[in-house]
Amino acid sequence: MAAGGRTPGKGPGKGPGKEPGRSRALERAGVAGRVVLAAGGGYGVAALATALLSLTLPMARSEAVATATLLSFAVMAGIVVLVFATRTALRALLIVAGTALVLGALLWLAMGGSAP
Amino acid sequence: MKGSFRQSMAWLHTWSGLIVGWVLFSIFVTGTASYYRPDISRWMRPEFTRVEPVEAPALGAAAERAVAYLGTHAAQARTWFIGLPQPDKPVLDLFWRTRPGAPPGHVLLDPRTGTESSVRDTQGGDFLYRFHFELHMPPLWGRWVVGICAMIMLVALISGIVTHKRIFADFFTFRRGKAPRRSWLDAHNVTGVLALPFHLMITYTGIITLATFYMPWGVTAAYKGNAQAFFTEASWITTPRPPAKQAAPLAPIGPMVEQARAARSEPLERLMIVNPGDANATVVAVFEEPHGLSHEHPQIAFDGVSGAILEVRDGGLKPAAKTFTVMTGLHEGHFAGTMLRLLFFLCGIMGCAMIATGVVLWSLARLPKAGERPFLGLRLVQALNVGSIAGLPAAVAVYFLANRLLPVDLAGREEWEIRAFFGAWIVAALVPLARPQRRAWCEGLAAVSVLCLAVVAADILTIPDHPLRRAGGDPLFAWFDGAMLLLAGLFALAARKVLRYEAPKKAHKNEHERDRAAKPAPVPAAAQPARRPEPTHA
Repeated sequence: MAAGGRTPGKGPGKGPGKEPGRSRALERAGVAGRVVLAAGGGYGVAALATALLSLTLPMARSEAVATATLLSFAVMAGIVVLVFATRTALRALLIVAGTALVLGALLWLAMGGSAP
Repeated sequence: MKGSFRQSMAWLHTWSGLIVGWVLFSIFVTGTASYYRPDISRWMRPEFTRVEPVEAPALGAAAERAVAYLGTHAAQARTWFIGLPQPDKPVLDLFWRTRPGAPPGHVLLDPRTGTESSVRDTQGGDFLYRFHFELHMPPLWGRWVVGICAMIMLVALISGIVTHKRIFADFFTFRRGKAPRRSWLDAHNVTGVLALPFHLMITYTGIITLATFYMPWGVTAAYKGNAQAFFTEASWITTPRPPAKQAAPLAPIGPMVEQARAARSEPLERLMIVNPGDANATVVAVFEEPHGLSHEHPQIAFDGVSGAILEVRDGGLKPAAKTFTVMTGLHEGHFAGTMLRLLFFLCGIMGCAMIATGVVLWSLARLPKAGERPFLGLRLVQALNVGSIAGLPAAVAVYFLANRLLPVDLAGREEWEIRAFFGAWIVAALVPLARPQRRAWCEGLAAVSVLCLAVVAADILTIPDHPLRRAGGDPLFAWFDGAMLLLAGLFALAARKVLRYEAPKKAHKNEHERDRAAKPAPVPAAAQPARRPEPTHA
């Protein structure tokens, strides 16, 4: 839809004139992937971090939940920025998935300690 | 992404801004107007100015009348909310919910007789206020859409800051005489940067006001999803009591109101009666916020059957819980006096201008070269720009106008006002699709100006208590009309600018040539390569 040369991330030597169909389709798939990753991954990591901090912060239960919830949106914004700043979509995926896995594992441990 | 961090952020800023720009614009406009929600509501219910305010000692008797009404009309409801008469709203404002999903009940009563108030049926400023965070959609949907837009706004702000290497110098840059795109870019920067602390604050605190709705997972993990337990432990609400499933009559409410009034110096704002008619009925008296940033109402809970005090909630929040309420308080600005409120309002206007200049900038940067046909997306964006930036203010003006012109006793008047609002907006959004771009801007802006003038005229003609018609009338009408005149002037000025700009055909053509000279490079910033990094921005 965009006029020629208006596609995102114009790297040098990668103009639409070179190999128009393939590279543009790839680029668009990359962008779409990043959008999904930023939304889903960003929210997922933020949710995991919130749950983890709520259980582990060394303060009253209500304070831990409030602190974690207050911070959660900054965490999500950070992940979104990271996803779009990383050089390749695959690398962004690996970083987000890795973070989510670590957080998930820690949360599992934290919940195992608190619930029978 | 390919390119530098700054380039990828510029791309993110451009596209995230465009995608939610129009929704954000409407959230900002209605939110900015909501700083004056009580004034708008009062203006839209002009009958109130003729009603004597209720003295504090009469509140108990008024509350009794409210309970009597609810007992006959809402006996099945789980919770009754009774807004007590205030100096600027001298009626009983009743609201009840029977069960989740069912439409809530709502009625205004005359506090002296307990009969339905004869004031005109309108949502007043509440419509704009609710639109601000629910977009007049079903609440769950609306809140999620607004939340997603707010999150994208936060990302657009962060990426916008990153995009500006020279954020301090940009602050003093306004290249008025240069190519129009430069002026728009500078206007976008100035409105964005000047009020940047406000924009960041208002976006983050806006998300925080509904934080436990958007991000309930902390509550899920630590409280097994019991939000009420969390709110209680955070000292935000009085301890909820589940129904005993045993009928018991409600004790007279008058003495409870008296007790509550004697306990605190703040005015009593509303009563909440949970599980009326149950042996575990609870009456919560909610007071106005004490002076301060934090959004926390002192509360006293009574046993609904015995009338004894169960619990008093008065400050004493722990740091994180307090941070929460301070953020909500900052967002709502209840603490702000006249001047600070005006400053918040102006910052809100700058937010509207930032978004408006941003979406206009997107379309200006993609203008077709001479002889090229504009692509469909550009046409659509251009039309939507007019439809929202001129269309929404026009719709708000029509909403005010409908309030004055619809017959006072029209059935479903409240809904008709809202229909008028959306009807006007739809027309304003469709017309630009069929008009040339510049004409559409000019007509849209001029229409807003004319509609604002019409609001003033309708106000003076239909309100006998208007200060211009009767000495000693409520000055609120004059203030409101003054604001409308100011808006009319601003929009007229904008319309004139657009019209004037079109007139010198030759200059217009030259601009195109200049644009074309700058175009061939894939990165338009090549026109000024050393100065500004704005890869996809312009």
